[in-house]
Amino acid sequence: MNEMTKITTLKDWETDQEVRWCPGCGDYAILKAVQRTMPELGVRPEDTLFISGIGCSSRFPYYMETYGFHTIHGRAPAVATGAKLANPDLDVWIITGDGDALSIGGNHTMHLLRRNLDCQIMLFNNEIYGLTKGQYSPTSRVGTNTPSTPYGSVDRPASPCAFALGSGARFIARGIDIHKDLTNVLKAAHAHKGAAFIEIFQNCIVYNKDVFDEFAAKKTAASTQLLLANGEPMLFEKGAKGIAMDRETLSLKVVDVVDGDWQAANVIVHDVTNRSVAHMLIEMPFGEFPMAIGVLYDDPRPTFEAAVVEQNVEAAKGKKPDLQALLNKGQTWTVTEDGPEL
Amino acid sequence: MATALKQDDSGNNQPESAENVVVRFAGDSGDGMQLTGGQFTLSTALAGSDLATFPDFPAEIRAPQGTLFGVSAFQINFGSRAIETAGDEPDVLIAMNPAALKTNVDALRPGGLIIADAGEFGKRNLDKAKYENNPLEDGSLAKWQLLKLDISALTLEAVKPFGLGNKEALRSKNMWTLGLALWMFERDRQPIVDWLNTKFAKLPDVAGANIAALNAGHAYGETAELSGDGLGGGHLTTRKVGAAPSAPGEYRTVTGAEALSLGLVAGAQLAEVPMFFGGYPITPASAILHHLSRLKEFDVTTFQAEDEIAAIAAAIGASYAGKLGITSSSGPGIALKGEAMGLAIMTELPLVIINSQRGGPSTGLPTKTEQSDLYQAVYGRNGDAPMPVIAARSPSDAFECAIEAVRIAIQYMTPVMLLTDGYIANAAEPWQIPDVASLEPFPVTYLDKMPEGGLKPYSRDEKFARPWIKPGTPELMHRIGGIEKGIDTGHIDYGSANHQKMTEIRRDKVLGVADSIPDQDVALGNAGGKLAVVGWGSTYGPIHQAVRRAVEAGKDVAHIHIRNIWPMPKNLGELLKSYDRVIVPEMNTGQLKTVLRDQYLVDAKPINKVSGQPFTIAEIDAAIEENLS
Repeated sequence: MNEMTKITTLKDWETDQEVRWCPGCGDYAILKAVQRTMPELGVRPEDTLFISGIGCSSRFPYYMETYGFHTIHGRAPAVATGAKLANPDLDVWIITGDGDALSIGGNHTMHLLRRNLDCQIMLFNNEIYGLTKGQYSPTSRVGTNTPSTPYGSVDRPASPCAFALGSGARFIARGIDIHKDLTNVLKAAHAHKGAAFIEIFQNCIVYNKDVFDEFAAKKTAASTQLLLANGEPMLFEKGAKGIAMDRETLSLKVVDVVDGDWQAANVIVHDVTNRSVAHMLIEMPFGEFPMAIGVLYDDPRPTFEAAVVEQNVEAAKGKKPDLQALLNKGQTWTVTEDGPEL
Repeated sequence: MATALKQDDSGNNQPESAENVVVRFAGDSGDGMQLTGGQFTLSTALAGSDLATFPDFPAEIRAPQGTLFGVSAFQINFGSRAIETAGDEPDVLIAMNPAALKTNVDALRPGGLIIADAGEFGKRNLDKAKYENNPLEDGSLAKWQLLKLDISALTLEAVKPFGLGNKEALRSKNMWTLGLALWMFERDRQPIVDWLNTKFAKLPDVAGANIAALNAGHAYGETAELSGDGLGGGHLTTRKVGAAPSAPGEYRTVTGAEALSLGLVAGAQLAEVPMFFGGYPITPASAILHHLSRLKEFDVTTFQAEDEIAAIAAAIGASYAGKLGITSSSGPGIALKGEAMGLAIMTELPLVIINSQRGGPSTGLPTKTEQSDLYQAVYGRNGDAPMPVIAARSPSDAFECAIEAVRIAIQYMTPVMLLTDGYIANAAEPWQIPDVASLEPFPVTYLDKMPEGGLKPYSRDEKFARPWIKPGTPELMHRIGGIEKGIDTGHIDYGSANHQKMTEIRRDKVLGVADSIPDQDVALGNAGGKLAVVGWGSTYGPIHQAVRRAVEAGKDVAHIHIRNIWPMPKNLGELLKSYDRVIVPEMNTGQLKTVLRDQYLVDAKPINKVSGQPFTIAEIDAAIEENLS
């Protein structure tokens, strides 16, 4: 902890507003994780801006003692882009959900990631529309029964992290609402300069209860979660199993690790800058494989707002902002009492 | 103040003198007619004549050559008196091919002059224009004067020394034509030569060929006149159109899109606030994005967004962060922005939204002009969502309107809609360049310290405006959003009494804008009388000219032109009631008429036109005549 990290405590990040999520909602855990993380980032509340769209998750800014903007459905990335371009010093966090970010706002999410605006985008994925009372969402699995799909949904779900990678995101991570490791994911996202995309599996206890239990439940976590750490071998099942590359098919496979000798089993060492492996980790079918959790990909490149500012400065170089000269630009003529003169 | 007409005292070739002349250049969309028109406009302005232009081009970028729907035209009306419209009927039509002749000749005044490129009147082009016989030969153009010139061959001859290919060489046809037009109206070629040299600095052969064509066209006029060649019955001669009386000062030509962009920059400078412009390409609004993109030294950030919604949402985000957010579009894009406008109204952030109207609904007529988004501007959002609306009446007026829109947005912490249209955006006119020192500054103030009694983000000043607080300001952290706000605190509040009160405050705040705008004036004629012709936006020109004629003829008619569409000037109701009759010419099916009836219970009668073309003076004349009898 250096001097900077001591400027605030958890209390400094809590508002006096009554939190209005359903009792037991995963959002509470995420809110606490964020409020716990902020003092460790060495940032000030007044320089922090939380921007959300519409949905249960999007109430989030009201509970953070920072600047906050609860915008309209799907448009948080666009509002954030304007705010960050207007003041690149702001630390911008986008709070969104599966419907907000991937359905109505899919376009903006894609362009924010492709442009690489420096911000953290937290997508609370609960695979359901909670605030509108339980319709299926773009991440709901095929066959999801909801008021709008009484015979089960028939369309295939989107994969948020695959979408992010395809859109050009340079930081992709996964977290679980009640997971104690979520703060580390948030810290890594904040440390990444550029658009940092975090999918958080969030339990909607009213409309989609425990839908992630098969990998999120604590009891079975050791065998169902692959906790990633940069530079560390990809092990799970308390080190008894690992992820290796099948060199024939160029795909991942689960291998047994005997006596902790993961090297002998050819277990892959996680390199967060390896985009191809990141893609494979994202696409690993759950069941046959564990669910990859943590930082999947982290390979920064120049950010959008920095490029805009740089170009603006360059284009303005040597030019005086002389409004009168601007108005008089081009071919002009003078009319005197005696008539026009060229 | 009036300046005298320049007299030609050479004694030889005494030119005809004309008060005003209307010339229309028409050709294939690949013929460069807009460019020709633009350069002719510049030379006209430099000669001191007053002018108005009307570019009229197809929605297709390059329609198939020679077709009727691929015709692009540029009309200019210039004169030694005040010019308000691009002119009802051209006196001269320059037709570069049969399709251009066919689509434009009926507009030509009887006895007017046709200059046709006879070299383009072969069977192929005649077929494409659906002419059974060659109109240049069959006598069907007898009610006009006809000049048949093989402009194509003459151009090829003129540019021969530059060794260009046939296709390349023929591209200079428009410059040959321009050269002839410059000769006809006794214009100086040098500014065009300078422009060509700059434009084609990297292609000296192309510059040379164009200049040679320009000179050849000019020389052709001189020679043809000297030789007294009849040229197919037409009479080729020069006409002098003198300088128009205008107030002393510095002038330039300006299009609406240029003036509006300059006005936005001026407004932001007067407010001492950096500008953020979010836009998405759309006809005819894109020119504003293009202009502002080049003005970074004025603290302008431009952002081409992924869609119309992102463009306004980013502008709102920038306004929240303390810059002046601006977005611009045309009708279909404005429709997409509707929800976000509501957000700006709810969060009470300054924002300027420009709508360069075009023919609708849906994609409608992208390149044609209409005024049919007034309802959309005043009423077109969910909920009770009041927003000030201003409409520019001409290219140069767009400058002042843009400054006014910025002022209202900032002083009242509200989105403001600025209406212009395709005609204003593209049309050019002379503009007396304002003296920047004479413009009134209205610097913004941000709340940057904790006020006594604590922070209330929705507290209000005497204008009902809430404080503007930039994120980054210590201690003043607060949250805003689209959910109903509690009075003063800005916290979420669904309470019924609170919503009633907040709705009333939003309404009263916008209505209060009327306290800061001038009373409605009468543009021409008396306050009170038999007939008021009430307009808004780009109908100013034809209404003004028609009312002027009527007033000169001793009729009791007045012209009232409304800039502040919402809220309207406080005296407007009384003013309208002081006339026996009120007519409202609009390029829609009666939208301002509805608002006037609703607000003042006046029997405003609609005069409507939705053909994609501006009103002619004659059409307004007829309406005046009918309503006086």
